[in-house]
Amino acid sequence: MCADTAVKKSTAAQGEILLEAQDLARYFDVSKPWLNRVIERSERLTLKAVDGVGFSIRRGETLSLVGESGCGKSTVARLVVGLYGLTRGKLVFDGEDISDLASRTGRQAASVRKRFQMIFQDPYASLNPLWRVGTIIGEPLRFFRPEMSSADRRRRVGELLEQVGLSAMDANRYPHEFSGGQRQRISIARALANEPEFMICDEPTSALDVSVQAQILNLMRDLQDEYGLTYLFISHDMAVVKHMSDRIAVMYLGRIAEIAPADQLFENPHHPYSKMLLAAVPSLEGVGKERTVIQGEVPNPVHPPTGCAFHPRCPHANERCKAEIPRLIARSDGSEVACHGVEEGRLP
Amino acid sequence: MSQNVQTRDSAAPVVPPKPSKWRTFLDSDIVYSWKRQPVVIVATLVTLIMFAAALFAPWIAPQNPFDPRQLELIDAFTPPMTTSDFTGNFYLLGSDSQGRDVFSAILYGSRISLLVGFAAVIFALVMGTALGLLAGFRGGWRDALIMRIADVQLTFPSILMALLIFGVIRGFLPRSMHAEVAIIVLIIAIGLSDWVQYARAVRGATMVEKSKEYVQAARVIGLPARKILFQHILPNVMRPVLVIGTIGLALAIIAEATLSFLGVGMPATQPSLGTLIRVGQDYMFSGEWWILLFPGVALLILALSVNLLGDWLRDVLNPKLR
Repeated sequence: MCADTAVKKSTAAQGEILLEAQDLARYFDVSKPWLNRVIERSERLTLKAVDGVGFSIRRGETLSLVGESGCGKSTVARLVVGLYGLTRGKLVFDGEDISDLASRTGRQAASVRKRFQMIFQDPYASLNPLWRVGTIIGEPLRFFRPEMSSADRRRRVGELLEQVGLSAMDANRYPHEFSGGQRQRISIARALANEPEFMICDEPTSALDVSVQAQILNLMRDLQDEYGLTYLFISHDMAVVKHMSDRIAVMYLGRIAEIAPADQLFENPHHPYSKMLLAAVPSLEGVGKERTVIQGEVPNPVHPPTGCAFHPRCPHANERCKAEIPRLIARSDGSEVACHGVEEGRLP
Repeated sequence: MSQNVQTRDSAAPVVPPKPSKWRTFLDSDIVYSWKRQPVVIVATLVTLIMFAAALFAPWIAPQNPFDPRQLELIDAFTPPMTTSDFTGNFYLLGSDSQGRDVFSAILYGSRISLLVGFAAVIFALVMGTALGLLAGFRGGWRDALIMRIADVQLTFPSILMALLIFGVIRGFLPRSMHAEVAIIVLIIAIGLSDWVQYARAVRGATMVEKSKEYVQAARVIGLPARKILFQHILPNVMRPVLVIGTIGLALAIIAEATLSFLGVGMPATQPSLGTLIRVGQDYMFSGEWWILLFPGVALLILALSVNLLGDWLRDVLNPKLR
């Protein structure tokens, strides 16, 4: 990222809520195979990747999910687009309940699916290596608009390529002829093909060089301004998040620790975990200053700690934190925090 | 938003038409690598000549060795490159105990060997690929069931497996039908003993491809599983299948020859290369060496050149070796 990481000016007219997630949960069965369980007498193991996550996204805004690896942020993205089914909870997209999206098939789901798209993390795995770029970008068009003529589709593919900063001539080339950043542009072109309203971006820049990251992020912001796109943006990189977000949700072990407007979170984080994450971000002002190193490690989510999942790493934890799971509580400054200490006023 | 898209289209970018499939093929790595390897070019030519000779055997061969009326018993044991004193027939590679022209027998025999080889490979390839895709894509009990059966089958050597299947199928059929169905029995026996390799390779590759993000991107669009499987996953797992198939062809030809040599394959009235070798070995020490040698050399050249092609394909198609 460049030094200019001014918090994004909110372009979102505070419009109606586009996506509402209530109490999302997804458990994975990670037990050993049946035979091993019987012989070794081990029990069934459940991984609670996401456990009770709720948020809402307004049309035109960017909500970022941040957190360390394994905190469940990618799982949330895959729940929203219906790659995984919900174990519990409810998803409402523009007034329509789409909780059962994962089990809807084919064209039955097309009316909803054509309104959102996803951008993936690994640009080397997200494009079919045997297809020409034009075929890849045209895939959503072929599926959602079978009536479109192939000449129209080719023209649209050319448009999309130019829009993301590539050339229409590139349509006949194969993915392996492009660099990581160019591939990510192709991914974005594919995602834009069907003019979606909502984009789920799962760490779209984490596999790229820093200089290329900035280009891709700026492209994504320009596209947002142009088309009024709504982003659910997932990242572990606080600098990237600062550049992109209107609001930020900090996740820890499958739950949301804090949701706040971006500037609010960066200036005045409440949750001890948010503070810890932000303290680890290098900044120009902080050059030469002692940095707070993130303490401890993320516990094994198969055996999460009791009470507040963060309590083993939290310097302010007390008996209540070890026993009781904190709930998100709204504060007067627009943030919502899940911390007993903040709730009781022990912490600022 | 759709208006937005149309208004921005002032200088419409032009996407050139896709290059033809033939052009794509000529530009591919495979052709590039092929042109640069003399051994592979020779192997390809030899293979093609053998295929053509087998295919056009009725037009090339001086006699039909399957038709007893065309055999001149009086010409038995004519040495190679000899014109018979009795009938005036020329025997390029000599004749056997029945007066059968060895050259013709090899042409017709390699026809059967290749037919059995190709059919067995296709049988194994289709069955193995289908089961491997199913196991890898759906997982769960289907995966467990298919792969356990494959594991059990792998514990038997494939030639033993073929012998077993051969014996069982023949046991169900009356003796009079044995000669007629021999070729089908061979194909099924060899095919059934080879499908495991394809299934394992395809299952592994499918599981890798299935979790890649381009497949997830297709699922986000809502592409039905059938289309994801056949448009995205299947083409991406075909490379190992092609390699195994080519090497498998050589192995199937040899397996057929082995079964026929052991006397459980093609009967002496419709000899394949293996049968010819079995028949020929009786005369190895009595001076009529050509009856054994030429079919043996033909089998060797055929299996070797197909094998070389397979090795080369594996090198080109397997990115891990590059």
